[in-house]
Amino acid sequence: MRTPPRRERGNPEADAGDPERLYVITGGPGGTERAPLDLVTMIVARDEPSPTVQPEQAAILRLCRAPLSVAELSAYLSLPFSAMTVLLTELLATGLVESRAPVVRAALPDRSLLEAVMHGLQRL
Amino acid sequence: MDFRGSDPTDSGTISAGSSFDTIDTGSSGAVSAGSSSDAIGKGPCGTVLGPRSEDILPTTATSAVKIVIVGGFGVGKTTMVGSVSEIRPLTTEETMTRAGVGVDDNSGVESKTATTVAMDFGRISITDRLVLYLFGTPGQERFWFLWNGLFEGALGAVVLVDTRRLEVSFDVIGRLEERGVPFVVAVNTFPDAPHHPAEELRKALDLPDEVPVVDCDARLRASCRDVLLTLTRYLYALSVPPG
Repeated sequence: MRTPPRRERGNPEADAGDPERLYVITGGPGGTERAPLDLVTMIVARDEPSPTVQPEQAAILRLCRAPLSVAELSAYLSLPFSAMTVLLTELLATGLVESRAPVVRAALPDRSLLEAVMHGLQRL
Repeated sequence: MDFRGSDPTDSGTISAGSSFDTIDTGSSGAVSAGSSSDAIGKGPCGTVLGPRSEDILPTTATSAVKIVIVGGFGVGKTTMVGSVSEIRPLTTEETMTRAGVGVDDNSGVESKTATTVAMDFGRISITDRLVLYLFGTPGQERFWFLWNGLFEGALGAVVLVDTRRLEVSFDVIGRLEERGVPFVVAVNTFPDAPHHPAEELRKALDLPDEVPVVDCDARLRASCRDVLLTLTRYLYALSVPPG
């Protein structure tokens, strides 16, 4: 049998030339601080779109009548993640949507969370 | 916090359920059931494709967790996402540039080489309150780690490997280790791929003994579910304080 290739640890030069994030879509006056949004932050609309909101934001409000993650909004609206965070920051600031931060991995993961995930997966 | 759902009656696939019937999806141009995918991309002013009515989450679904599936190009990550997802997999993307463009520097942006990093993802409703998102990353693996927030907060990762091209996984594993993201290794069993004993793979990938290495078939829902269960059990074991 052929011996598989071996991984070598550490590869510092791999970082050379890595790209950085490109901010192409800006929103809000003077590029205000963005809300800390994760791909899986859940967004729920708190109000119907008013005639004054931007079309993109009206679309978000319609989509978020039921909870949706930022990633899903990004997919349905065909907007990059960073553009979504700009639009959502404004909607959050005006109270038109509310967000629920994801449950993140802590130093010691929440065991009841992991149990729930295990039970949920077992039903698949 | 208790994440266990109050509705244990769903059997089989989790996506559909009576609990969704009460959601009002009517009168919304944004929610168009059964539309073809070509509606995506028409822009927010036109008809925006939303989730199919059966994919709409209950209003109680306010907690989310994520797991990232990583591996080399063509190893089956997107297949795995599709196999276990309750929704048709979606794609989100982020644009990055090769040069260090400052946030406030709008001049010369067009001259930079922009890279769009796409991410396929799916969803599994765990309970009526908790949703699991799975992110699979097509190609360009060195870019994902620059996607701020993709790995931060993820419960863990699945490293999908193809034994025909084991070396494409090396970089990914190294970066997960650097970031302290717990992971399991799943060997996608392609019919013509050489089969190495798990211990030989563990040695080749330079994995500690405790990192689980399992075989899977990314096309099969049950097999992918078992990989995710292996990861969750591993995370559970890690959560037990040593003593």
